[in-house]
Amino acid sequence: MNTKTLWYILKRIALALLTVWVVITVTFFVMRAVPGGPFLGEKAISEAAQAALEAKYGLDKPLMEQYITYLKDIVTAFDFGPSLKLRGRQVMDIIMDGMKVSAKLGLIAACIALVVGVVLGAVAALRRNKAIDKIIMVFTTACISMPSFIMGTLLLLVFALQLAIVPANGETAKGLILPIITLSLSPMANITRLTRSSMLDVLGQDYIRTARAKGVSQMNIIFGHALKNSLIPVITYFGPMLAYIVTGSLVVEQIFAVPGIGRYFVSSITGRDYPLIMGTTIVLATLIVIMNLVSDIMYKVVDPRINLE
Amino acid sequence: MKKNPFSLHVNLDDFAPASEAEKAYMVQMRPSTTFFKDGMKRLLKNKIATISMIVIILVTLAAIILPVFWPYSYDTMLGVRPGRPVDSSYNNLAPFEFGETELERMAEGEEIFPHVFGTDSAGRDYFIRVVYGTRISLSVGFFASIIVLIIGMTVGSVAGYFGGKVDLIIMRIVDIIYSLPDMLMVILLASVLKQSGLNAAIEGTVLEKLGGNIISLFIIFALLYWVSMSRQIRGQILSLKEQEYVLAARATGAKGSWVITKHLLPNCISVVIISTCLQIPSAIFTESYLSFLGLGVNAPMPSLGSLASDALNGITTYPHRLVIPAVVISLIVLSLNLFGDGLRDAFDPKLKN
Repeated sequence: MNTKTLWYILKRIALALLTVWVVITVTFFVMRAVPGGPFLGEKAISEAAQAALEAKYGLDKPLMEQYITYLKDIVTAFDFGPSLKLRGRQVMDIIMDGMKVSAKLGLIAACIALVVGVVLGAVAALRRNKAIDKIIMVFTTACISMPSFIMGTLLLLVFALQLAIVPANGETAKGLILPIITLSLSPMANITRLTRSSMLDVLGQDYIRTARAKGVSQMNIIFGHALKNSLIPVITYFGPMLAYIVTGSLVVEQIFAVPGIGRYFVSSITGRDYPLIMGTTIVLATLIVIMNLVSDIMYKVVDPRINLE
Repeated sequence: MKKNPFSLHVNLDDFAPASEAEKAYMVQMRPSTTFFKDGMKRLLKNKIATISMIVIILVTLAAIILPVFWPYSYDTMLGVRPGRPVDSSYNNLAPFEFGETELERMAEGEEIFPHVFGTDSAGRDYFIRVVYGTRISLSVGFFASIIVLIIGMTVGSVAGYFGGKVDLIIMRIVDIIYSLPDMLMVILLASVLKQSGLNAAIEGTVLEKLGGNIISLFIIFALLYWVSMSRQIRGQILSLKEQEYVLAARATGAKGSWVITKHLLPNCISVVIISTCLQIPSAIFTESYLSFLGLGVNAPMPSLGSLASDALNGITTYPHRLVIPAVVISLIVLSLNLFGDGLRDAFDPKLKN
């Protein structure tokens, strides 16, 4: 690793930290900008009770002081304060509870998307313009053109309600099959297309022709030379894939009643549970930023020829 | 004419007038094409792109024209009659079914326009709601892309043309916005703007019907989504501004704004059109996603996303209410994507991979 790469990585980490800070700041001030504060719109409460509530949650202090306390709590203790609606629970505990389910869901979906996507992409590239290539391309185009919530509800309708193969409720292990498929289809389609186009690019390179001329077997060419190099652009997709899975899980968990972080997030929006909205936004955003950072750095390290500036 | 090979005299034969045959050879066989005509020719050769274009035009026309002469409106509850109890026989009609009073009138020989897709749980004609939803989704996509286009183009061209410190500062801001998780920020802003004074501010205007959520969607697009457009424009301008004609324009004393608007932007036009066209489906996606989460258009105004999300309640009994908006939204997004790809191949063949 040369100094230039190192410099790039440092710069990238600085940008990521800055982004996380921007996310925290934006979420904080946007939430505080809501007129009336978080307790408005609930059952009519007396002025004294409201003042007591505000004092309890520290909302009576000056804005800058609240901001600094909030920032300090997050950085030093990952503490997002208590939830307003789920009384007596800390936001961080709720997030951790939801994460256990969501992380499982997201990771499996990502793995499926990666494996199936790469295989389909490679097959499509190797059978270019044949029937199988066309079928794969039509299928992936359809997957990309469908919003995740529509895909989810259609799958629910067909497989859980009409055919009744799997349960519609995502609380059991078997019930997680449909949410996982829903979440993995769109990233899988994107990975297929990425792999296909980069594989086609690699297959046209001189070193593949050299390998062929030397008499290397087709299998060896595909697995030893072509596939490895054509996977490099797929790395760049890791960040967007995680972003998609995170946002997709918000609606998918809603549709299939999966007790994950997405469902808490959606119910916190409708219930105006501001600390929970802020906490989940910040945690999920940080995850996405970290994933983008990792995939950018990996991309640079794997292929030093690439100039990302 | 004989000529000494070592003579420096010019060959007079080269200066003889052209014969008729030579003149005919120089005549243009067809008129020269313009950039636009050439691109259109290539676009029309692409069957998939042409079909998508036709689909988009048909859907758009249907969304504009159909509500004009359709006998039902998107917010009329057919069972509600002034002075009489609500006629619940109009709720949840299956496609081509009629309500009780309608059946009576038909028995008397009256012609009644059918409810092509039936009615929803409040007795509203579902077909016209889908048409209105399409209209809302399309216009949200269109206007959001225009906003993105204007901001992205301005910022990108300023950064690209002036370079130096201006470019550095703008691009750092772009970097940060670019790495923000857009969907999360959209949800956050939408949920907050919903509570803010926006609804009061737009009261009494045309915007009121759309609702504060759609306005906040536009605000969000204006705040977050211009970055990729501005990056593309900047890159284009950076390479274009090294061209000789820009140097010539500057040498004759043209100002920065003149050079940008008269020389640089017209030459970016293909990039601009293509990315605007691909921006529309992404805006439609965002809108339907927010509508699904309950952060979209105000009821009773429908959008394709809110129709799908409403249909979830009766999904087992009335699956067609989910399938119809789902098909429409997928059709629109698919054809816009394919059309955008076709446009790119036709107008900017360099980008084709």
